[in-house]
Amino acid sequence: MAFMGDTMNPAPLWHNGPTPGAFYNFPGNSSTYGPGSHPASDFKAHSASPITTTTTVIGLKFDKGVVIAADTLGSYGSLARFRDCPRVMKVNDLILLGNGGDYADFQYLKDIIEQKIIDEKCIGDGLQLKPRSLHCWLTRVLYNKRSKMDPLWSNYVVAGIQDGEPFLGAVDKLGTAYEDAAIATGLGAYMATPLLREAVDKGGLDEQGAKALVQKCLEVLYYRDARAFQRYQLGVVTADGVTVEDLAEITPRWELAHMIHMK
Amino acid sequence: MLNVSGNFPEYAVPGAKQVRFEPYADNGGSVVAIAGDDYAVIGADTRLSTGFSIYTREQKKLFKLSERTVLGATGCWCDTLTLTRLLQARMQMYEHDHNKSMSTPAVAQMLSTMLYYKRFFPYYVSNVLAGLDADGKGCVYSYDPIGHCERSNYRAGGSAGAQLQPLLDNQIGLKNMQNVTEVPLPREKALALLKDVFISAAERDIYTGDCIYILIITANGIQEEKFELRKD
Amino acid sequence: MFRNQYDSDVTVWSPQGRLHQVEYAMEAVKLGSATIGLKNKQFAVLIALKRAVSELSAYQKKIIPIDEHIGISISGLTADARMLSRFMRTECLNHKYAHDAPMPVGRLIGLVGNKMQICTQRYDKRPLGVGLLVAGYDDQGPHIYQTCPSANYFDCRAMAIGARSQSARTYLEKHLNTFMDCDLQELVAHGLRALRDTLPNEVDLNTKNVSIAIVGPKTPLRICDEAELSRFLALVEGEERRGGGASATGDAGAGPERDAPGDERDPQPAVAMDTE
Repeated sequence: MAFMGDTMNPAPLWHNGPTPGAFYNFPGNSSTYGPGSHPASDFKAHSASPITTTTTVIGLKFDKGVVIAADTLGSYGSLARFRDCPRVMKVNDLILLGNGGDYADFQYLKDIIEQKIIDEKCIGDGLQLKPRSLHCWLTRVLYNKRSKMDPLWSNYVVAGIQDGEPFLGAVDKLGTAYEDAAIATGLGAYMATPLLREAVDKGGLDEQGAKALVQKCLEVLYYRDARAFQRYQLGVVTADGVTVEDLAEITPRWELAHMIHMK
Repeated sequence: MLNVSGNFPEYAVPGAKQVRFEPYADNGGSVVAIAGDDYAVIGADTRLSTGFSIYTREQKKLFKLSERTVLGATGCWCDTLTLTRLLQARMQMYEHDHNKSMSTPAVAQMLSTMLYYKRFFPYYVSNVLAGLDADGKGCVYSYDPIGHCERSNYRAGGSAGAQLQPLLDNQIGLKNMQNVTEVPLPREKALALLKDVFISAAERDIYTGDCIYILIITANGIQEEKFELRKD
Repeated sequence: MFRNQYDSDVTVWSPQGRLHQVEYAMEAVKLGSATIGLKNKQFAVLIALKRAVSELSAYQKKIIPIDEHIGISISGLTADARMLSRFMRTECLNHKYAHDAPMPVGRLIGLVGNKMQICTQRYDKRPLGVGLLVAGYDDQGPHIYQTCPSANYFDCRAMAIGARSQSARTYLEKHLNTFMDCDLQELVAHGLRALRDTLPNEVDLNTKNVSIAIVGPKTPLRICDEAELSRFLALVEGEERRGGGASATGDAGAGPERDAPGDERDPQPAVAMDTE
C-alpha cells in the first residue's frame, strides 16, 4: 500500500500549533513539551478509558429471590468526586440491574434500557422482558461495542425472576457473560466473593440472611477499597416484584483500626 | 489515541493509571474429545476464570449443535458466546433450507469458514468439535482461532491442551511405543481416560478445575455426565 | 378485466372508501386450498389440505415451519408465502440471537402486519396475495392468528381460510365452545372434520393430501409424519359426512371485514368525480 501513500493516516494539516480541532493546551503545562503533535488520525480513534468510575457491585441469590447492592460513589481517578451516583436500577417487575465501572456509560445504557421497557409497554401485550433476555441483550450490546474497539466501560449484574426461579448473571465490558449464585465485580471480586461463596456453599440463605451478608461485604469493602463509600443502595427482587430500598449508610467502626499494625 | 493525558492534560489526574483497552480476555478452560468407532465423547471443565479470580465454577462449555454434533469451546469467553450463538442460528437456517439437520463434517467445514471470516480480528477461541459422521463413525475436528481445521480421533484443546495432547498421543495414538497393536478403543476406556487426563490437568493448570461436563454422542442420542475435579 | 374505474392502482380510492386492488388481493387467498387452525388450552394445531398441480407433480407443501414454536399454513400465492416465511424466520432468529428467548407470537404477527401494510399503500408495490394461519406457542399459551393480504391480522380461537373454507368455518363456529376443553386428539379430529367439510363428495382425506402441524408446551413445532397422520385420520374415518361438502357454495368470503351486509362486490359509484 505504500505506493498509494497512507490513505488512512494522512499527514497533519499543519505543524507547530495545536492540532486542528484539538483543545487548546495551557502554556507551561507539561503537555506542551510532550509529544505535542497528534496526527489527524488520532481523532478517528475512540476514547478507551473510563473517566468517572464506580466500584464494586454485589449480587447474591437467596431461596426466593436475588439481592443486589452497590455504593453511590463516583470516583474521578482517586478523587471521591460524586457522592450520589445511584447504580441499582429497577428495570421492570422482573428485573433489577446493577452496574459498576464508567458512570457515564451506565447512564447512557440506562436510558436505552428504559426506552426499551417503555416501547415494550406501548406494545401492550402484557409480556415483560425477562432477566435472561436482558442479560443476553446486554452481552450483545457490550460485545458489539468492544468489537468496534469502542467499549462501554462497565460491568453489569442482572438479577431477576426467570419463570419463577431466581436469576443472577453478570456481563463485563467485553461481553463476557456468566451466571452464578454469587457475583461481585471490581475489587469486590477479590474481597467479597470468598465471603459470598462461603455462604452459598453452606446453603439455606433467606432474604434477611442475604441482605445481612451483602451489607457485611459492603462494610468490608468500605474498609479496604479506597474507591468505596459508606452510602449504598440495596435492591431486592422476588416473585412479588422489585424493590430498590432508600439509600442507607454503613456505620464504620474505626476502633478496629488499632488492630492493624504497620511495620 | 484520544486520551486524557495527551489531549486534556489539564484534566489528567496524577496517579491515575491510564488503562489501554484490550478486546480479548483469557478465560481459561480445557476441552478433550475422543472418537471411537460408533461414539464420540467430549468433555470440558466448568471453571470460568480471569487471571487469578474465578468468575464461576459451573460454566458449561459444550454446545449441542444437533443430535449428533457437539462443540467444545474455550478461550475468550465473549468470543465463544458470540460464535456459538451465530453457529446455532446457522444450524437452524440450514435445517429450514434443507429439511434436515447438518451433518458433523458439514458443521466442521462451516465452522472453519466462520472462523476465517474473522481472520483479521479473530475469535480467540480454541474449538474442538465432536460427533458422528455420515457413516455413524465418531469424529473429532480441531481448529486454530483463525479457521485451520483438522480431523482426528482424539484432541485436547484449551488452556491445558498442550499438557494433555502428549498424554493422549501416548495412550490413544500409541505414539513412541514399540510392539503395540492398535485395537479399537472401547467407550468405557475412552471415558475413563478422559476423566484421568482432566484430573492431571487440574493438578497443573490453574485455569482448569471444579468439574467436568461430559457429553457422550452415540446413534441413540447424547448422554450427559458430570465428574468432580479439585476446586482450588 | 376491470370491474370499475377505481381499481387501476392500489393507491386509488373508490368513492365508497374502498381499495379495490387490495380487495382483489383478498380473493387470491380463496384460490388456495383450504387450511384450518385451531387451539385448545395447551396446543395450537394447523391442518391443511394439500393439492397436486397435476398427476405428475408432488403435493404442494402447505405448512412452513418458522421456528421451534411457530409454524404457518398458507393459502394463496405460494411464492409470496415463501417470501413472508423467510422474513418471519429471520425475525425469529434475530430475536433469539439477541434475547436468548423465542419470539412472542403476537409480536411477530405485528411485524408481519406492518410489512404487509407497506405494499397496500405504495404505487410501486402490490399487496401480497397470500393469507396465513399462524400457529404458535409462547408464555401466553397457544395462539392462532390469521393474516390477510389487506394487512389485517386477527387473533383467533379457530379459523379456516382457502377454497370452500366457509363450510369449515361453519363447522368450527358450531363447535367453538368445545375446543378449549378437549384434548389434543379430539382437537385434531375436529380440525379434520372441518377440513373434510370443504371437500367435494368424491374426494376424501388421506395421508397424501393432509398435512398436520402441532405446537404446544414442551412440544416444539412438529409436522406429522405419515404414521402419525394415519393415526389421526383413523379418528374420523368412517364417520358419516355431514352435508357440508355438497352444500358449500364454493369460495365464500374469508376474513371478518368481508361480512359487510349485502353483496357490494361491484360498487357502481353514483358520482364518478366531484370536482369543480
